[in-house]
Amino acid sequence: MIELKVQPIKNGTVIDHIAAGQALQVMRILGLPAEGSHSIVSIGMNLPSEKMGQKDVVKIEDRELDPREVNKISLIAPSATISIIRNYQIAKKSVVQLPKEITALARCENLSCITNARSEPVQSRHVIMQRDPPRLQCAYCGREVRDVAASLVPA
Amino acid sequence: VSANLEAATAPARATAMDWRGRDVVSIRDFGRAEIDAFLDLAERFVPAATGQKRNTSLEGRILATLFYEPSTRTRLSFEAAMHRLGGSVIGFSDPGMTSGKKGETLADTVRVADRLADALVLRHPKEGSSRLAAEYAEHPVINAGDGAGEHPTQTLLDLFTIKQECRRIDGLTIVLVGDLKFGRTVHSLVSALAHYSVKIVLVSPPSLQLPDEVAAEARERGATLEAATDLEAVLPEADVLYVTRIQQERFADPEEYRKVAGSYRVTNALLARARRDLIVMHPLPRVDEIHPEVDASPHARYFDQSGNGLPVRMALLAALLGGKP
Repeated sequence: MIELKVQPIKNGTVIDHIAAGQALQVMRILGLPAEGSHSIVSIGMNLPSEKMGQKDVVKIEDRELDPREVNKISLIAPSATISIIRNYQIAKKSVVQLPKEITALARCENLSCITNARSEPVQSRHVIMQRDPPRLQCAYCGREVRDVAASLVPA
Repeated sequence: VSANLEAATAPARATAMDWRGRDVVSIRDFGRAEIDAFLDLAERFVPAATGQKRNTSLEGRILATLFYEPSTRTRLSFEAAMHRLGGSVIGFSDPGMTSGKKGETLADTVRVADRLADALVLRHPKEGSSRLAAEYAEHPVINAGDGAGEHPTQTLLDLFTIKQECRRIDGLTIVLVGDLKFGRTVHSLVSALAHYSVKIVLVSPPSLQLPDEVAAEARERGATLEAATDLEAVLPEADVLYVTRIQQERFADPEEYRKVAGSYRVTNALLARARRDLIVMHPLPRVDEIHPEVDASPHARYFDQSGNGLPVRMALLAALLGGKP
């Protein structure tokens, strides 16, 4: 067994099996560290992993991710596993799973797309063309997202 | 036996052509069977389109044309189509005259027009605008061009023209020349042609090549795509030469533009190398990529192609609103 070089958490979420180097992207789209919060967030980068060779791990104290946030993570870390921790025990463990379509999670890169027209009552919507690595296509203008991580709307 | 065969195939065609109430946003929303059935239907509207036959099957119905960008052929063609079917048309072609100018959103204008008309035709500078309009409208929305995005009725009339002139689409060699990068008509046409067993030859300057994703999508569907830079060399094998305009604003250097535009100019001298039954198409407006001398040649089909917009749009309006040939 590989022992993580970060402290276990009492309550919160552990995002494991993030591709090595992607932890900071995960932090960004989750809006971490949250302003005004004193809860502990631990990041492990380039940790040894039997499955992946190397991986990143993010542990967030006092916060349970909701399904929308899990969807977002799946777009930059499609192989991640998410464990909800309550009183040092794993209360729920799940592998991230991309839905067929996502709404208001990513921005269309096409500036001429109607979803980027501020005045219109429209939320961005993307069709998932491929899970791993994730490929997204705007459901409105049809443009494929070139930089998925950069297109994600920060928390 | 033939009666049995007909019975067996008829339901498939009927399903393929059940377009009532449907939105026409992207040619990619339509499969080969649907396109084939539609092209058959459009042919049946030719007598009414030319005025040989009277058709009033959309009498009392209203089409709203919302044109946020200038258009001559497309708007006139939709209006003529609706009138030829006995219906009437409301709308605008100068957004400066509408409440859009006062800051009204497209979504609001669409909801208003939707309560006045039975179908909406939209041209708008933003890509994806027709998809949004279709979400807000109860009635069918037809995309008549959304920025650099889609223009599905242009693709349908292009396919109709090829089929009318060549009597088939499968087996043809189709050469596309000009600006293949920015031209939306070309992207949609390539996507639709990929349903057929055709050889598509792409002739363009290196800076104006077909985007990779458009080519990849066509190849995924089994299309044969070849790239070339020398039009003269590929012309002898062509059944269809589809010419598009190269816009000067795509070039930083005017000299470079002149060189490129000149090398893809279609003249009678160039066409002397072509097959006798080659047809030359162009979505229009043309500037100088086809010399006017070609207009009188037996190859020229671009004005017929433009005219084919009428039976095609009549067939489309009829299919969406329950009209008949």
